[in-house]
Amino acid sequence: MRSPLRIEGKVASTGYAAGPAYLIGRQGSAYVSSGSAGAEAARLSAALVQSIEEVMQLIATSSDPEAAAILDFQVAMLEDEGLSETAFVAIGEGTDAASAWRAALDEHIAGYEAVEDEYFRARSADVRDIRDRVITALTDGGETIPPRGSILVGDDISPTRFLSADWSAGGGIVLRAGSATSHVAMLARARGIPMLVTTGAFEIADGDPVLLDAAEGRATLLPGADEEAAFERARTAYAGVLAEAQAAAIRPAVTSDGVAIKVMVNIAEPSEVDGIDIATCDGVGLMRTEFLYRDKLPDEDTQYAAYRRVIDWAAGKPVVIRTIDAGGDKPVPGFTMDETNPFLGLRGLRLALARPDVFRVQLRALLRAALSGKVSVMFPMVSVPSEYKAGLSLIWQVSQELAAEGAQHAVPPIGIMVEVPAVAIAPEAFVDAAFFSIGSNDLTQYTMAAGRDNGAVAHLADVTNPAVLRLIATVSSFGADHRIPVSLCGDAGGDPRTIPALLKAGIRSVSVAPAQLPLAKAAIAKASTHG
Amino acid sequence: LSVKAETLAEAKVIITHDVGLHARPSVKLTKLAKGFAARIDLALADSGPWIDAKSIVKVMATKAPKGATLFLRAEGEDAQQALDALVSLVARDFDEGAPHAQPA
Repeated sequence: MRSPLRIEGKVASTGYAAGPAYLIGRQGSAYVSSGSAGAEAARLSAALVQSIEEVMQLIATSSDPEAAAILDFQVAMLEDEGLSETAFVAIGEGTDAASAWRAALDEHIAGYEAVEDEYFRARSADVRDIRDRVITALTDGGETIPPRGSILVGDDISPTRFLSADWSAGGGIVLRAGSATSHVAMLARARGIPMLVTTGAFEIADGDPVLLDAAEGRATLLPGADEEAAFERARTAYAGVLAEAQAAAIRPAVTSDGVAIKVMVNIAEPSEVDGIDIATCDGVGLMRTEFLYRDKLPDEDTQYAAYRRVIDWAAGKPVVIRTIDAGGDKPVPGFTMDETNPFLGLRGLRLALARPDVFRVQLRALLRAALSGKVSVMFPMVSVPSEYKAGLSLIWQVSQELAAEGAQHAVPPIGIMVEVPAVAIAPEAFVDAAFFSIGSNDLTQYTMAAGRDNGAVAHLADVTNPAVLRLIATVSSFGADHRIPVSLCGDAGGDPRTIPALLKAGIRSVSVAPAQLPLAKAAIAKASTHG
Repeated sequence: LSVKAETLAEAKVIITHDVGLHARPSVKLTKLAKGFAARIDLALADSGPWIDAKSIVKVMATKAPKGATLFLRAEGEDAQQALDALVSLVARDFDEGAPHAQPA
């Protein structure tokens, strides 16, 4: 009988959850042999079939011909008995399926790596991919969906893994590594899924009961009756605070010293608005558009329909739509480039301007949708005024094009994201912008030189560092002096721990993840704008 | 004896594809080969070693570069059609570039 184990970590998304552990990202070492050569051979055959089906599924959903060709190659390799024959021989001699497969594929990989021709050598990466996919199918049951209500436990978790899970019955995430500023963390906060990161190493078995307290930042594995009772008390108390905050959320946010604060919501997918009462917020401070580009480049009407859905829901309240912010850690097949340092590369508006063919389609849809509400548009990752001007000029071209076609449209106010330190240091270069929206996640990572997806430097990526707060204050006061509206749409804006510091830096408008809305408003009510 | 003569075929063709017989061309070549009943082997020299033209793992393992001569031989009822089709595919640059190759 193992005894209860308490682990501690950093809260990436607040909340409580209890459920069985579901281990993610298990590798070959976790493979348990059945002990029979016949059963091992059958397992490997099944894993091969499953892997082929998975890759075929990827081909069916891929619009990028380059990617499809690579996947075609993987299917052909997986279907070829020549790939697995040595593995089956080894299984016949008593080796387990995972070890036999790994050894056989490592031999193929070494064969490719030994070639001088760069083109053939590069195929070793494909064979590695094939090897790992089959290993995953053997050890993990493949890309199976975790049972509802599970606590996902692993070193790290990919966005696709998060999105493929069914969160309707709750559940949570505990990561040995991970990061509170990763995109999965953002998704978890938006959906109110409790998430703990950077716990360090611990041992756990599939199905072990877990109590996740992502308010205090801890989890208990294999809890006893005492731990369960304490957990229930804390969970009930938290639910009470949350219910009180939700009841109060209908009222406008006002600080303890009587200053009204605008609180808007960040929308990552149009369907999110279904769960939000428009009366509880001041509009949409950030509508992301990356969801449209997940599988392929979207056409104009698809985009128009998505924008209209959110604009119509907002019922006359402001909706700020951000143009495509691909690149960095958000690759889009057929659009973004492979770069060695993507966060400092061709991302956001830089990439959009480099691909006017793609960008124009979005601008056409935005200008048409702008007619139906209080819409603004903002450009992400602006560094110099010429980029803002190039974006504006493209918008005017598109407007003329639409007018010539007799298409009804409007040119909305165009603002910029302030997330590159250069802009925050010298905002006077952007005095023409209709508004500033501070992207505190990126502004922090670029100011502190601490990658947002890297748990090892998470302690440095701190928005309350005096250097970051000074930049935020510079932008706030410049905006106030020049009547340029300033808002903040990063995670810090919805975090009760950072809200007081932001208010003191002059922030009077924030846009937060929907799940953070009630507690953000409650935190504002307790805070003051004066030190 | 005359029956056997009809079921044996040989051909050779120069690979002009820019990067040789790599992933995409190999997929096309093995897929086409699998469409025939005949046993089809290929080699990079007249003397072999001969490998199964229907196995992408083995075709890729030849690492045939641009400019290499591909030797083909087939045995079976549709042997001649199979080699005609394969030679044509290689000569067409696997339908990926300008058709400037010719049967050697």
